[in-house]
Amino acid sequence: MDYTWDFKVVADNFHILLRGVGLTIELWAVAFVLGLALGLLVSMGPLSGRRWLRWPAQAYVEVFRNTPVLIQLIWFYYAFPIVLGQQLTPVTAAILALTLNTSAYCAEIFRGGIESIARGQWEAAKALGMTWRTSLRRIILPQVGKRMLPAFTNRGIELAKVTSLASVLAVHEIMYQGRLLSSTYYRPLEILTVVALVYFVLIYPGSYLSSRLERRLAARD
Amino acid sequence: MAEPLIRIRDLHKTFGALEVLKGIDIDVARGERIAIIGSSGSGKSTLLRCINFMEMPTRGTITLDGRVLGSPRRSEKGKATNDERTYSERELCNVRERVGMVFQQFNLFPHLTSLQNVMEGVITVKRKSRTEARESAQAQLAKVGLSDKADVYPGKLSGGQQQRVAIARALAMEPEVLLFDEPTSSLDPELVGEVLRVIRALAEEGRTMLVVTHELGFAYHYADRVLFLADGRIHEAGTPDAVLKAPREERTRNFLARFTEFGF
Repeated sequence: MDYTWDFKVVADNFHILLRGVGLTIELWAVAFVLGLALGLLVSMGPLSGRRWLRWPAQAYVEVFRNTPVLIQLIWFYYAFPIVLGQQLTPVTAAILALTLNTSAYCAEIFRGGIESIARGQWEAAKALGMTWRTSLRRIILPQVGKRMLPAFTNRGIELAKVTSLASVLAVHEIMYQGRLLSSTYYRPLEILTVVALVYFVLIYPGSYLSSRLERRLAARD
Repeated sequence: MAEPLIRIRDLHKTFGALEVLKGIDIDVARGERIAIIGSSGSGKSTLLRCINFMEMPTRGTITLDGRVLGSPRRSEKGKATNDERTYSERELCNVRERVGMVFQQFNLFPHLTSLQNVMEGVITVKRKSRTEARESAQAQLAKVGLSDKADVYPGKLSGGQQQRVAIARALAMEPEVLLFDEPTSSLDPELVGEVLRVIRALAEEGRTMLVVTHELGFAYHYADRVLFLADGRIHEAGTPDAVLKAPREERTRNFLARFTEFGF
């Protein structure tokens, strides 16, 4: 192989790459927080024991889990205006698609975690006179959090990388900047390698902190 | 005669095709202590669990302190159906606040200390301040002899200690009735005594209680009345002397014989 690596072009344009970091973080953080909240809400469907709530919630989860995120993104940007007559900005469309997609996965994590709590815990809470909501908030969720932490960490890591797909909607996040530079300087290998490193630097601290937290919580038992 | 605190009429409970309770009638007077005995599958736990609606009765009525609980379920034509009743969550929470329960498996909240376990219902259900809740929780823990374990998590307690915390947790709600669902059945034999002593002290205070138990000695000495359940019906009921020492029914005798078979 006589390919000559040339990272000079990356060094010269690094500030352009970094311009995308802010948006990557924004997509990631907003979609994750909203996805968690919405996921908790959706998970109440199957848990409520009411058929008219369980069925739509399950359908929602399956639609978002079993179709490509890339198409969901495109759909929210291009099809949403046709169906609902409301044009979304690329960033809004991306946040919307990523949030809904993440919420479907989070709903399953919440549901599985909550169902893993022994029935006796619900009964003990009920026997004290707690409502279903109070039982969930005070007794069940605090116990579930620790069990769900690894699954949510995975979800967070996955989402951080999936934000790169928003580049197809011309959202100027880091992947978009990388592709832009690649097509300008014809050095995609060097540029994308550095983009990957930037993702690593963004994601790794989070997963490191999460595994430390996991160990600390485990030590408390 | 004074109005009974709890009146149960024609209580039925079915799980799918299985009819577990086939029409139970009981009056529980204020201050009365009732022991419920019977072999497993007789419906005794289900009966107890229907009283605080851990299980929803299929048919029949439960009256608490003069008030019939629930309202008749209406059929589509608006007519009342046969004894089927619906209960609002608010009413059920209110009943459960007044009718405390102690479980066979303790069911303490593992993420809370003993003291927090006892405080939890006082704060979230009775809506007392943390200070008040803490004081009452400390008093209840003292009562079951576990003041020194207030800051310990349930995972570090023995089964007997866990069950005593569970009793304190139920007591903190100041219930009018206490239900005990085989409170010593999952304990090692050497730990049964400490729990029974706590329950005995409550019995001696004149609390209204229903105890599902296999501890016949306890039933004999501390119950006012013993109910023997078989096949979802009350097969024999009466004073401990009558039911446990001179049972009239063959089935009761057979049941009791199993306890004396290996006596010494």
